Amino acid sequence: MKIGYLVRRFLFLVFVVWTAATVLFFIPRLSRVNPIRERFAEIQRSTGYAPRDLENIIKAFETKFGLDKPLIEQYLDYMGSVLRGDLGVSLMRYPRTVVDLIGQALPWTVILLTVTTLLTFLIGTGIGALAGWPRSPSWVKGMVTPLMVLAAVPGYLLGLLLIYFIAFRAKLLPLSGAYTTGRFLGPELSIEFILDVARHAILPALSLILTSVGFWALGMRGMGVTVQGEDYVNFAEHKGLKQGRIFYWYYVRNAILPQVTALALAFGSIVSAGILVENLYGFPGIGSLLNAAILANDFFVIYGIGMITIVAVGVSMMIIDLTYPLLDPRIRYDRK
Amino acid sequence: MQLSVPIQGPSSGPSRLTLALRYLRRNKSLLVGLGLLAFLLIFSIGGSLLIDTSTRAYPLAAPSVQPPSAEYPLGTDKDGRDLLAVMARGILLTGTVGIIAGSVGIVVGVVLGFLAGYYGGKVDSVIRWVTEVLITIPPLILQIIIASTIVDKNKVTIFTMAGVASILSWMGTARVVRSQVLTMRERTFVSMAKLSGMSNLEIIFKELMPNMLPYLAASFVGAVMGAIGATFGLEVLGLGPAREPTIGMTIRWAQFHSAIFNQWWWWVLWPSLALIAIFASLSLINRGLDEIANPRVRRSE
Amino acid sequence: MTSLNGAGQIALEVNNLQVTYYTDSGRVKAVDGVDLTLKAGERLGLVGESGCGKSTLALALMRMIKPPGRIEAGSAIIHTDMGSIDLLKLNEEEIRQARLSKISYIPQGAMNSLNPVMRVGKQMIDAMRSHIPRASERELTERAEQALESVELKRSVFRMYPHELSGGMKQRVCIAIGILLSPKVIIADEPTSALDVVVQRQVMETICRVQEKIHAAVILIGHDMGLMAQITNRVAVMYAGKLVEVSTVREMFTDPLHPYAQALIRSLPNLDNKGIFQGIPGLAPSLLRLPSGCVFHPRCEHAMEICKSAPPPKSVTPAGRFVSCHLYDEQGNRAHVTGHKQKPVASP
Repeated sequence: MKIGYLVRRFLFLVFVVWTAATVLFFIPRLSRVNPIRERFAEIQRSTGYAPRDLENIIKAFETKFGLDKPLIEQYLDYMGSVLRGDLGVSLMRYPRTVVDLIGQALPWTVILLTVTTLLTFLIGTGIGALAGWPRSPSWVKGMVTPLMVLAAVPGYLLGLLLIYFIAFRAKLLPLSGAYTTGRFLGPELSIEFILDVARHAILPALSLILTSVGFWALGMRGMGVTVQGEDYVNFAEHKGLKQGRIFYWYYVRNAILPQVTALALAFGSIVSAGILVENLYGFPGIGSLLNAAILANDFFVIYGIGMITIVAVGVSMMIIDLTYPLLDPRIRYDRK
Repeated sequence: MQLSVPIQGPSSGPSRLTLALRYLRRNKSLLVGLGLLAFLLIFSIGGSLLIDTSTRAYPLAAPSVQPPSAEYPLGTDKDGRDLLAVMARGILLTGTVGIIAGSVGIVVGVVLGFLAGYYGGKVDSVIRWVTEVLITIPPLILQIIIASTIVDKNKVTIFTMAGVASILSWMGTARVVRSQVLTMRERTFVSMAKLSGMSNLEIIFKELMPNMLPYLAASFVGAVMGAIGATFGLEVLGLGPAREPTIGMTIRWAQFHSAIFNQWWWWVLWPSLALIAIFASLSLINRGLDEIANPRVRRSE
Repeated sequence: MTSLNGAGQIALEVNNLQVTYYTDSGRVKAVDGVDLTLKAGERLGLVGESGCGKSTLALALMRMIKPPGRIEAGSAIIHTDMGSIDLLKLNEEEIRQARLSKISYIPQGAMNSLNPVMRVGKQMIDAMRSHIPRASERELTERAEQALESVELKRSVFRMYPHELSGGMKQRVCIAIGILLSPKVIIADEPTSALDVVVQRQVMETICRVQEKIHAAVILIGHDMGLMAQITNRVAVMYAGKLVEVSTVREMFTDPLHPYAQALIRSLPNLDNKGIFQGIPGLAPSLLRLPSGCVFHPRCEHAMEICKSAPPPKSVTPAGRFVSCHLYDEQGNRAHVTGHKQKPVASP
């Protein structure tokens, strides 16, 4: 691996993050919405509390957050704090910082979505590979169609269905949350706690998995149909290889390459992929935090979540670029 | 890659309609998808004509939370909307958002894709770079930021929704068009057209466009789906048009009032079915169009 | 290179091979009653227009005909020191084992015949491992590297990926794979069609050298008659799914028996008729709608009444040449001298 390539790739990542940060800086300033004013309007709506000298309070807050400085100075301050990993303070849970809130929510999201993304990838790619293989029985080939129909259902809706039937009517699984709050005071490292979390995560995970397996299956089948007609698969059979070996080493191994790119991208969007479902199940991840922030007009938290989403995408793209040559020897580090 | 476009070609022999119907019989996805779409359209347009949806789909038009009955076949919601009227109007509204955003997406995507593919060079690099970056960023998060910041939450209309969805609806089209133009640029009929003195624009519209129709149709449908999906996400999160009975807002209100825990199943069921039907019909149509564009996929079934 | 070196034992015996494709527009007899005998060490050229069934014949011998195709009848017996086996009667596992070890195939599209994500050596070991599962890694590596050397490649190719090789090198790797287990029969399906002329010759010579070394019979499929003349011992001419003539190279080029073979030879450029190409009138028939009687009669300049109705007999001349034409009787003597200079029947 060439050092120059690594450096260039890293600079690209920095560039993406910088672009994202800049856009996130300018979007709110392009609009006439004043976050502080909106926040107070929200407080007034929900509690009826209306401070008499609102304008002065807003001024004071603006001074505190540096919103009264010249734009360029604000921008430099902002970039400086982003560099230090400071995304500002939350308006709804002042004085807690955005980074603090995100740090608390992120592990839940990362754990749930990593597991579901991996499972979805494995199941979907497996079914797709079998469906594109000419020797598979026809019922396997037919599996893609119902999965595609299921993929037309938004995860949120399937989630509603599962809550109603499995959690609400049959009472098989908990309705919401990430752990039984009566049993545990907070997250702890014990087998009981982990099992409890797993029980709570089953329904959100199912909602996410069942509604996206179809996409993976369809993608893999498409590639599989192409690869299965390639000369090297044919020649492998001429060589007298066993079907299983041809299937894995010649067919799957080649057809899976675009899927791996898609997997990396899926990992990149892990932060945002579960927003709606997390919300539905009151799962204390990024989705619920975002929902709370939207309801409370907490713009700094919204931007903070946007920021880490983009960083996650940038990092995962860098990881694809760095690992892809290991999977496909035709791609070299020094090209591009 | 061969394009077998059934609707094109000289109309000698069996009429175009017969040919199209005969083709549809083989392309099951397209057939079922179009059928479902036709059903949704008939339901919503017919419903809008038969009942006054402009009042009955809005609060206080009916008694609160009535289960389905002879008078209110689909029931009513907590705010007193007649759900039959809500469904008829909601499908149209949701469809409108999708079609506006899809159209904007296809126009912008085609223009950018053509520019990138046809002229190449710096134009291509810039367009491709922006497309690739935007395509990797999860759309929902960007739309949430835009919708929550730029738009005043209380003044959201379906056109605002369409606008927000439009911003990120063109990348897929641009990418497909670009790669198609690149492969077609090298083909003989384009160089023939160049030799015979056609201008670039003429070549684009007379020679390239017809060949790309199935791709364009597929990416249009894709853009519409993307827009409806994004809108649904925003609506569920409370960033939707609070006053309009779109499908997403109906689900949002049902959820907001804990309809399922109150056993008001009808309030959740109808909009869910409608949304699933919309997505299923679009994704089947998309698959059908894909079969037209890439006949190879079909063979595995 | 045209001597029949080491010919003796019969290596492959094909009898009445029939392959049919069941397509939407009807049944297609792609190979129809082919008989063929190959001796060990012999090189047979199989020629004919594209679509005449050459490749189908090769695939049938490998038992690689996929639906909608089906092998309808016939036998293909390989004779080895350990006895004879009929390729067409083997079950799936047996034919898998026979591939590469008894009969191997050198593919047409060598450019794309190697798995792009696997090192060359691994692909070779893969091939051997599936036939001799208990061999040690060291032994197989040694054997693979020897095979690479025998096709004039460096041992270091073992560790390379296909994309690092040139077209000629890839084709050599495919040949090396084909001879790994010293099969009795090697089928080479236009193995050089994608290569440039100079490399073509070298690769052909390599095939001949390794084939002589392992004393295998070779079926070389192609349509380059010039190349056939230089490389093979005997030439079989195929037309619309049937063999029409099998003769030694010398006989084929100096005195072809079948009118189609005659036309093929005449169409070759040579010193006497420089630049004057003589084509064969008419088009090759669609296998879906074959003419009645002798399938060649609409294009044949010697066509007679009988040719329109009766299929021609299969004759073997005293010299051992095979021909299938009404001009010859069962013993391969010229028959029906009367009326044989009839006007060609107009092709439809």
